[in-house]
Amino acid sequence: MKNENLYNYILGIADNSLILGQRMGELCGHGPSLETDIACTNISLDLFGQVRSYFQYASKIAGDNRSEDDIAMLRKEREYKNVLLVEQPNTDFAYTMARQFLFDVYHLAFLSELQKSTDLTLSAIANKCIKEVSYHERFSSDWVKRLGDGTEESKAKMQDAINYLWTYTDELFHQTEADKIMVSEGAGVDVTKLKEAYYKNVGDLLEVATLEIPESKYFQKGGKEGIHTEHLGYLLSDLQYMQRTYPNMEW
Amino acid sequence: MKQYLYIMSNKKNWPLWEIFVRSKNGLEHRHFGSLHAADAEMALENARDVYTRRNEGVSIWVVESKNITASNPENNGEMFEPAHDKVYRHPTFYDLPDEVKHM
Repeated sequence: MKNENLYNYILGIADNSLILGQRMGELCGHGPSLETDIACTNISLDLFGQVRSYFQYASKIAGDNRSEDDIAMLRKEREYKNVLLVEQPNTDFAYTMARQFLFDVYHLAFLSELQKSTDLTLSAIANKCIKEVSYHERFSSDWVKRLGDGTEESKAKMQDAINYLWTYTDELFHQTEADKIMVSEGAGVDVTKLKEAYYKNVGDLLEVATLEIPESKYFQKGGKEGIHTEHLGYLLSDLQYMQRTYPNMEW
Repeated sequence: MKQYLYIMSNKKNWPLWEIFVRSKNGLEHRHFGSLHAADAEMALENARDVYTRRNEGVSIWVVESKNITASNPENNGEMFEPAHDKVYRHPTFYDLPDEVKHM
């Protein structure tokens, strides 16, 4: 492949949205209320829409006749580059919203930097996605506040979710080899520079939500290198079922 | 799943809101339907997701249903029937002189 770094870089961005989109899609028909069910599936559809733009671009860069669907659906677990945070299960609604919130704050900052990319396709995609993601962040942070500053039980559940998911936040700011090369070319976002503002913004909101900021010093990593938690395999078997069972099927 | 059921059962306490959406600038807000939400802010977000996801709106109003005072259908006789035989209250009842243009 001529531009393998760009290809890997695109997948690194796209896989986060793909896997989180699949997680939110799992709530279709299972949301806590009709209104939140539609909201969660809307977020899922937004993410899948964004993912299509990335994979279409990746397919063009790969130039080996693999379609956007092939790249999205037919890779093996170790070939997915999403962060561990987004593959964590929908344990309950507090987990679902905490995961969304912890990702959205990052996602928003990331896209706002990606808009400045020297790669015009990536900056155009970022430009298109950022309004959707601003709404996701508004929605998820509202729920973190609501549940955190809600009843004793909702607060306990939200705190539990934040504590559990916190260990997956540091990985957002790890640089892969492809990242470093793309940053040096001006096309990539230097995620290490987003870290300080991220923890500041997340911390401020947790304070408003009357939640404790976890003090964990130990963080999980590996997703960006394809080493995933046990949850991803199950998710992929759902996601890939149709394409694997009926190869080349179309709607 | 238990947790979802917990929130679901609590949802019964969420009040009902009436949703008004303006489809285009210059048009009036129209009643689109109703939904449940814990407060006005959540009602706006829910309305955005439930009623405007296919590009239906440029503005949303929400009002808690209990704040709407409605006429009682039992009183329809005295409320509305007296107007039935008063066609002269419609401007079209009157013949306009030809000299009056642009009416």
